[in-house]
Amino acid sequence: MRKCTTGRLDKVPPSGIRRFFDLVAGMEGVISMGVGEPDFSTPWNITEAAIRSLEQGFTMYTSNAGMPELRQELAAYLKRTYGLEYDPNTELLITNGVSEGLDLAVRAILDPGDEVIMPDPGYVAYPAAVLLADGVPVQVPTHCENGFRLSGNDVRDAVTSRTKAILIGYPANPTGAVMEMDKLAEIADVAEKRRLLVISDEIYSLLVYDMQPACFACLPGMKDHTILLGGFSKAFAMTGWRIGYAAARREIIAGMTKIHQYTALSSPTMGQVAAIEALRSGEAEAQRMIDEYDRRRRVIVKGLNDIGLSCFEPKGAFYAFPSIKSTGMTSEEFAENLLMEEKVAVVHGNAFGPSGEGHVRCCYATSMPNIEEALTRMARFVQRHRSV
Amino acid sequence: MMRKVYEILENDARLTPKQVATMAGLPEAKVKKVIAEAEKEKVIVKYKTMINWEKAGDDRVWAMIEVKMQPQKDVGFDSLAQRIYRFPQVRTLYLVSGTYDLSVFVVGKTVQEVGLFVSQKLAPLDGVQGTVTHFLLKRYKEDGEVLSPGGEDKRQPLSI
Repeated sequence: MRKCTTGRLDKVPPSGIRRFFDLVAGMEGVISMGVGEPDFSTPWNITEAAIRSLEQGFTMYTSNAGMPELRQELAAYLKRTYGLEYDPNTELLITNGVSEGLDLAVRAILDPGDEVIMPDPGYVAYPAAVLLADGVPVQVPTHCENGFRLSGNDVRDAVTSRTKAILIGYPANPTGAVMEMDKLAEIADVAEKRRLLVISDEIYSLLVYDMQPACFACLPGMKDHTILLGGFSKAFAMTGWRIGYAAARREIIAGMTKIHQYTALSSPTMGQVAAIEALRSGEAEAQRMIDEYDRRRRVIVKGLNDIGLSCFEPKGAFYAFPSIKSTGMTSEEFAENLLMEEKVAVVHGNAFGPSGEGHVRCCYATSMPNIEEALTRMARFVQRHRSV
Repeated sequence: MMRKVYEILENDARLTPKQVATMAGLPEAKVKKVIAEAEKEKVIVKYKTMINWEKAGDDRVWAMIEVKMQPQKDVGFDSLAQRIYRFPQVRTLYLVSGTYDLSVFVVGKTVQEVGLFVSQKLAPLDGVQGTVTHFLLKRYKEDGEVLSPGGEDKRQPLSI
């Protein structure tokens, strides 16, 4: 029978966690540290604003680029947070989460065969989005010893005549790594010299600990060469609302909007109303959640190190990425055995790229008692397997 | 720094100084010192547990009583407030702005007992001009905690 799906799909490997998803789904009493979203509900003032908008009949499409009021609030937010000035009419686009923003960005800038440099390990959608846009992902290994930061030298070495862009995502999923401004400047230097665009996924930008949020577009000369992707899912606990944004120079936003208008039309209206409320009065609640993540982060990092799973200090997002090499298992074996023996779900590091092997991702967006119980179970597990 | 320690303990008073130190990212000795000083200065007033008494089957009667008062020369409301809060039946007492002056939370075994306390102890006090008693019917949220939370985690068990 003639194959009915495009060959492009074959380039994208199947999701590494699908098998685990099925295993976990049938189990009772599992503590999951395998999620990628906050455990908090959306702050009530945000939800309530959306409910009110539904009662008032805001159930229609919005303009393709997003509600003008939201784009204005967003421009004001980027100005007060980073000092960046974006024209809300031409340089901002509201997307269905950063996921759509990423897809639009690569489709808007890549010609077939164009290469995109990205960190390995990295968020699973990065290589997939590039492949689906007929581009070529070029994964540059990052290492625990360097805090999983992408080095300017490594990026420089990966540049070819086909390189179109560098895709970075810091604070990072799965490692929790951050890039300080001086480290980002190394990437900017390569981008400037080789005339490359930078797609900067900053969905976790507010979730940083003991440091200020860093925005790539703030670097001198970088605003015009950066596609800044952000959203509301993580800091405002709004994953299900599907609202993100892209900020870039006019021609890029115009290109992305062209795709968005034919493929998504507009982002969810009630989500956009909720996002306006988040920007106007959600920061205190966001900070309360960030403070709680910070406390959990310290507990889990100390706990993992204490039980012999060495873990570098993640300064952002809500993930710890400990090394499991001391157990002698691969990351998939570790994740599967831990799930079956102790009912703790973590995600094996190689799901995020070959350099994630030897690590697992533990999400600490779960309650403190859950974290403590998970650590107790993991300690038992490590003890048992180390003595074998 | 002190605020960090207070906030952690306010949320869970059972935590040891070592646990607080980990959560706050501070040396344990420093946390111990902060706690000792806060206890001495009565910044930390007491360590207690929040009980959902309704769930525990307790049938005591609670009331919130609005008290309107005549302020007294030199001492304002303080002297009268002191006379009121010394009654063991009074569990909470606030001076408030608005149409009345004191908000008094009282507990008793029966509606009659609370009623008698108001009519025989509270209302006759010099300076008390009037009282309005509201019996508590249901507690939804107390001290930031929802007493019957919706519960289960609605997230998918795994996601990237």
